Amino acid sequence: MSSHTDDVHGHAQVDVAILPDELIASASVASPDVAEYALWLGDDSLVLSQRLGSWISRAPELEEDVALGNIALDLIGHARALLHYAGSASGKTEDDLAYWRDEPEWRSLQLVEQPNGDFAHTIARQFIVSHFLFELYTRLRDSSDATLAAISDKAAKEVDYHRDHSVQWVLRLSLGTDESRRRMIVAFSDMWPYVDEMFRDEPLLDRLEGVAVRPSSLREVFDLAIAPVFAEAELEEPRGFIAQGGGRRGVHSEHLGLMLAEMQVLARAHPGASW
Amino acid sequence: MRAWAVAATVVDPEIPVLTIEDLGVLRSVSVTATGVDVSLTPTYSGCPALDAMRDDVFAALTAAGYENVSVRLVLSPAWTTDWMSDDGKKKLEEYGIAAPTGHATARPSGPAGPVRLQLAVKCPRCNSLNTRELAHFGSTSCKSLYECKACLEPFDYFKVL
Repeated sequence: MSSHTDDVHGHAQVDVAILPDELIASASVASPDVAEYALWLGDDSLVLSQRLGSWISRAPELEEDVALGNIALDLIGHARALLHYAGSASGKTEDDLAYWRDEPEWRSLQLVEQPNGDFAHTIARQFIVSHFLFELYTRLRDSSDATLAAISDKAAKEVDYHRDHSVQWVLRLSLGTDESRRRMIVAFSDMWPYVDEMFRDEPLLDRLEGVAVRPSSLREVFDLAIAPVFAEAELEEPRGFIAQGGGRRGVHSEHLGLMLAEMQVLARAHPGASW
Repeated sequence: MRAWAVAATVVDPEIPVLTIEDLGVLRSVSVTATGVDVSLTPTYSGCPALDAMRDDVFAALTAAGYENVSVRLVLSPAWTTDWMSDDGKKKLEEYGIAAPTGHATARPSGPAGPVRLQLAVKCPRCNSLNTRELAHFGSTSCKSLYECKACLEPFDYFKVL
């Protein structure tokens, strides 16, 4: 926290810890296990945010540029808080974690790194992720880790808006023209193989009882939440192959490396640069 | 308290009629033997205005003669539009932005949670309740875009969070 006032005028400086007063003395440094968990969630948000940012100036209408930009901004906010906390265990800053890790060191789910595709693909991915994150953060507010609980309390309210946005678009595209419906169906079938991975319990979770939320415990509420939307949109839940997954162990699809190259090139070409 | 009064003069860079006190972003100001500690709370997690507000609080207190000013960001409890002052809501309306209607639900609604009730939004120009949402996301994180069907003007609405 002490670096805060020193850096107060550096505009490229990333925020310091966002912690309630009572936490600063006690729990502002994460244990290695909690840090790893925070890294998982922070990486999900950062990768998705980077993907959404690519839509700016390319969305089908100006309002969508603004909407996707706003959602990306919220996700960046979550990623910053989570990565800051993750870095507290190893003395790394959120910028160290964002710009100086190579692909196998990223712990994000494979779903979030999937390419934007057409607008329907982006909406399908957003619909799935927003529902997942809403259920996750809603429960993580009760985490015994006060920092994770505080971040989740804020994030849950914002992800609720993201969820609503994606639901409106799923309905609009599915019930719109023949072409928009066809594209929505293709998009869901392309994204669905990556749904399974979100709900897998990795061994780390055994050591974080009460701190983390078991992803497997979210599958039922997730299914319950999306079912009425699929029914109203007259869509069927896609069936087909299930991707191997492995994002939490650093195993990624071919898309993440390319995305990271673009995201990291400036920071790596000019280390320490500010603008 | 003088230090609070100084910090409370800082305005939101995007909505300059509102002070951080009106917004409910200013959480606490405490003067200690060694300096001043200020706590701010972000409206939205990624709100870029927060960095500017933090710099401005630091500058305002320093200019008022305080030393060792530290500005801390506090996440919990999460900010809600319920903390916006009545005075702030009035200033917002006069500025042409519809103030949040109703209160935020204590917890976001899940499948079994409370139903979110969206009350009619009043046009800040002609006071008509005959308005509609054009886009859920507006020029900043905290606003959405509305249109008045009576006077046909578009306007910003500070949405309930």
